Amino acid sequence: MIDFNLPILLIVIPMMAAPLCVLIGHRRVAYVFCLLTTYAVFAISVALMMKVSAEGTIRYNIGNWEPPYGIEYVADSLSSFVVMFVSALGAIVLTYAPASIAKEIPESKHSLFFATYLLCLTGLLGICITGDLFNLFVFLEISSLSSYALISLGRSRRAPLAAFHYLILGSVGATFILIGIGLVYQMTGTLNMAGIAGRLPLEHGPRTVLVAFAFMTIGLFIKVAVFPLHSWLPNAYTYAPSVVTCFIAATATKVSVYALLRIVFSIFTMQFAFEQLPLRTALMVLALVGIFAASTAAVFQDNVKRLLAYSSIAQIGYILLGISMANQAGLTAGISHMFNHAIIKGGLFMVVGCFALQLGSVQLSDWRGAGRTMPWTSVAWAIGGLGLIGVPLTAGFVSKWLLLTSAFQTHHVIVAVLMLLSSLLAVVYVWRVVETLFFSEPTEKTAAAKEAPLTMLVPTYIMMGSILLFGFWTTYSADLAAAAASSLMGVAP
Amino acid sequence: MNMEQIFGLYNYWIVICLMMTGFYIVIASPNMVKVVLGLNIFQTSVILMYVTMGKVEGGTAPIVPPSIANGHAAEAAIGHAAEAGHSIVAHAAETPLADVHAAAEAIVYSHPLPSVLMLTAIVVGIATTSLALALIVRIREDYGTIDENEVLEMDLQS
Amino acid sequence: MMTPENLIVAALVLPAVALLLLNAFGEWPNVREACMLAVSCILFLVTCGLASHVFAGERPMWSVGEMVPGFEIAFKVEPLGMLFALVASGLWILTSVYAIGYMRGHHEQHQTRFYSCFAIAIFAAMAAAFSGNLFTLFVAYELMTVSTYPLVTHHGSKAACDGGRVYLGILLSTSIAFFMLAIAWTWFLAGTLDFTPGGVLNFAYADGKLNDLQLGVLLGLFAFGIGKAALMPFHRWLPAAMVAPTPVSALLHAVAVVKVGVFSVLKVVVYIFGIDLLQLSGVSIWLAYVAGATILIASLVAMTKDNLKARLAYSTISQLAYITLGAALATPNSVIGGGMHIAMHAVGKITLFFCAGAIYVAAHKTNVSELRGLGRKMPFTFVAFLVAAISIVGLPPGGGAWSKWFLAIGTAEAHLYLLLAALMISSLLNIAYLIPIPIRAFMAPLDTDLHGEHSHGEQNHEHGTGNGGIQEAPWMCVVPLCITAVLSVILFFTAEWIYEVLLPITTK
Repeated sequence: MIDFNLPILLIVIPMMAAPLCVLIGHRRVAYVFCLLTTYAVFAISVALMMKVSAEGTIRYNIGNWEPPYGIEYVADSLSSFVVMFVSALGAIVLTYAPASIAKEIPESKHSLFFATYLLCLTGLLGICITGDLFNLFVFLEISSLSSYALISLGRSRRAPLAAFHYLILGSVGATFILIGIGLVYQMTGTLNMAGIAGRLPLEHGPRTVLVAFAFMTIGLFIKVAVFPLHSWLPNAYTYAPSVVTCFIAATATKVSVYALLRIVFSIFTMQFAFEQLPLRTALMVLALVGIFAASTAAVFQDNVKRLLAYSSIAQIGYILLGISMANQAGLTAGISHMFNHAIIKGGLFMVVGCFALQLGSVQLSDWRGAGRTMPWTSVAWAIGGLGLIGVPLTAGFVSKWLLLTSAFQTHHVIVAVLMLLSSLLAVVYVWRVVETLFFSEPTEKTAAAKEAPLTMLVPTYIMMGSILLFGFWTTYSADLAAAAASSLMGVAP
Repeated sequence: MNMEQIFGLYNYWIVICLMMTGFYIVIASPNMVKVVLGLNIFQTSVILMYVTMGKVEGGTAPIVPPSIANGHAAEAAIGHAAEAGHSIVAHAAETPLADVHAAAEAIVYSHPLPSVLMLTAIVVGIATTSLALALIVRIREDYGTIDENEVLEMDLQS
Repeated sequence: MMTPENLIVAALVLPAVALLLLNAFGEWPNVREACMLAVSCILFLVTCGLASHVFAGERPMWSVGEMVPGFEIAFKVEPLGMLFALVASGLWILTSVYAIGYMRGHHEQHQTRFYSCFAIAIFAAMAAAFSGNLFTLFVAYELMTVSTYPLVTHHGSKAACDGGRVYLGILLSTSIAFFMLAIAWTWFLAGTLDFTPGGVLNFAYADGKLNDLQLGVLLGLFAFGIGKAALMPFHRWLPAAMVAPTPVSALLHAVAVVKVGVFSVLKVVVYIFGIDLLQLSGVSIWLAYVAGATILIASLVAMTKDNLKARLAYSTISQLAYITLGAALATPNSVIGGGMHIAMHAVGKITLFFCAGAIYVAAHKTNVSELRGLGRKMPFTFVAFLVAAISIVGLPPGGGAWSKWFLAIGTAEAHLYLLLAALMISSLLNIAYLIPIPIRAFMAPLDTDLHGEHSHGEQNHEHGTGNGGIQEAPWMCVVPLCITAVLSVILFFTAEWIYEVLLPITTK
């Protein structure tokens, strides 16, 4: 029975656990409960992935109501892949969390923090697994609202401001998506994704379809932080608590990219988006501009969280570049970079959290010479940084290489050249931090610092280890991404 | 664009006006509370769009009238009875029931689903608004003002 | 007894084993170093065993698996790679002995980290030597860049940081911007990245998918992308890396790092482009001229350098350009000459660097102008220097004479007499900047301020407190450099064997 109900359990368990965390009250018990929930969710996602690999796409009707009357959950290779890494990150980040939030979030708020965390996780997983368009909007709003709340928990007075700006921009984006959904519903009479894909009049279709597409993609571009709609991201990542940045940076934008993939490829079809409309050119240009602008901005940052935030915008550009190729290789590159970037950025923000805890600051000038007193943490930064640059034997190389070869396959040589040049910018901003850590004279604070606690170091090294592991063992990253890409290109869900 | 299109689509014109008004307020207003209100107007316009979308010309509220509802109840009862084996009674009652069905089919209803979807959207809007206002209260406590420009200045100075 | 495939696996696993043992026994220096020496000796034996198979005509292969969908890590040994592997593994033993002496003599910090990075670098060298396709070569190449960075910046000082920045900056930039691009382009044109005798680009060229200009650009992307070959203007990393301790300069910048560079260039020319394609299209002539310019300019700069290591660095740049020249000329003789020079130059240059380090350990002198008269105090060191210098210059009985001979024949075969003149002039320049050093060390009187100088400020207790103060360097430093000096003469007599062993790479 559990086996049959896996898709819904994935959502129900964290959703029900969230208010229970608040009711439990006692923060340590609430933490353990929350942790167990996230591990249970991860186990469910692994089981789901195995089921999908064995049986193919799974369709689950909630409450046994057939679509279009009821809501359908669909687990295919792409959704189960994204669900798996989102839940894995949710579990690992929460394992890492206690020491960090003890310092950054007031104790009275901890139970509420765990509850909101679980709600955010629910929302993200729901976006990935749903087969109903309006349900997608609902889960999108659930995850967004909880992330606004989580971001506002930061210590700086700019945290609520950052959360407010994100809220306004994110709500505008979500409302655009809602408009798009409404127009699509008008045209087809159903909200079920598979149903819409069958009925949407795309060939010489009415203007409504074009408008719907435009609204939905722009709304999603805001959530994905595509240049120039990225302005919410740097402040949101910088002023949120370390754990929150870790989780959101690794998951939120990737899940929004998933939503974009679903809508563009499975509902509106590739042919409409890339041949009738100039989405390829638009994405390519926006992605490249975003990569260069964001990487350049990252070079000049002194606040390491802001540096990584700009780096994230650039890396999202790579994902979009892969998608814009719109062939099997390009999509594989984009999807595998979703995964690779999630583990790399998650890992790097974990390192930042370790330094924030021990040194009390995320300004690069306060980290000088920390390589001597906090060697493990500093080496972790070096490994994550190499992954960001895309050195072979790290996960970052796999997706960069796939992107490069797909650019050649589609005869976009300029894109290939530009993409490689932008990697050089990554070398600059990553290595600035490495040099500060290892080659500068220590300040008083760094000389007196101790290594980060094991509860934080072990999850960080699990992430670093996975960056190295998935650099050469790609059966569960790139191969799954390839399967997901082919299912996207082949047929609607 | 002919008269039919301009006046016939009046609901969409209203939606567009509200939408742009709300969007303009979001972009242009320095007062944070007004920004939230602008967002609300923006979201309301979308709600209006859906709700008016569901309206069918000549359609009534999507509620089955009591008379037919009772007829349906009778049908259900007879159906039960038929199962219990009182088929003679069922046969006799079939023809009037067919009329009941037809009567029900003949009424034109507006589509209920968009309104239902908008219930959810309204709730989402409320949650967003309350969260935004809570954030504004926090900002007011930290900065002493809810004017964006003043907040920006204070940030640049520090 | 062991199959060739197993030997390949063993050769790759052994440096990893060394890495584990080094870190396990990090606290006990003697055990640690004994393990390292033992493993390096076994590695050399394994490599010799593999060589007997490969030089007999076999081409053993080992395919590991796909690292990225569609691209696999695979190893396939052929004569050129085998020669490079022999040189690298053989010299690792000697460098380990030397490093032990040097690091202990200097009481250097972080010795376990040092030896560990060495082991990883050797692993990368072996992986590059045995690579069966461009993808594997690229992975090994980048691994070597990353693993040698901690070696270059070993001292942790500001100078080390700056040197390391130039090192990493140039090598990573060229490999990402040019080399990676070239590999992807090759894959797109040829559909495969496997190293194939005769090259893989023939069909693309014949079909017209690739015209002369594009072929030339591709060659340029490879030549400049392989920054470790130190072709001007991407040569600055080599002098910048001299900030490293001398064992690092010796093994890596005379043997492993730079040789991976020129080896990669040779391999690309022979197995990706194919000698015939390059001769037919004539697109590599511009590269020959760039190499020739590098040879001359680097030699001229070397003459102006007073710092011994800097002078040797520029000499290395010049010598590497010889090999690139051999590759660019794309005649059988020049390619074999280039391959031969990998061995000859490695042995000669490592001797020179060993000597430079020994001089620093014994007398704390780093500049050429300070070396007058030292030869009488450090006879072994400077005699070895002289012998190695003769090999580098290209005079018999130094091994370098043969490799220069074949390169010269290559230029004549290609009718590029300007380059032949460049080779001859550079030999004269080599004499000018290398030979005076040992001559002055023996003939000139000792500088007065060196008399009676104790090793103040250093805890170099190995040099006793005799009157005069300067003695020969510790035996662990002197023995390896004598061995390599003798080796450079022995190689002169084995040149014919090397020629025959390398001949198969020029045929299909």
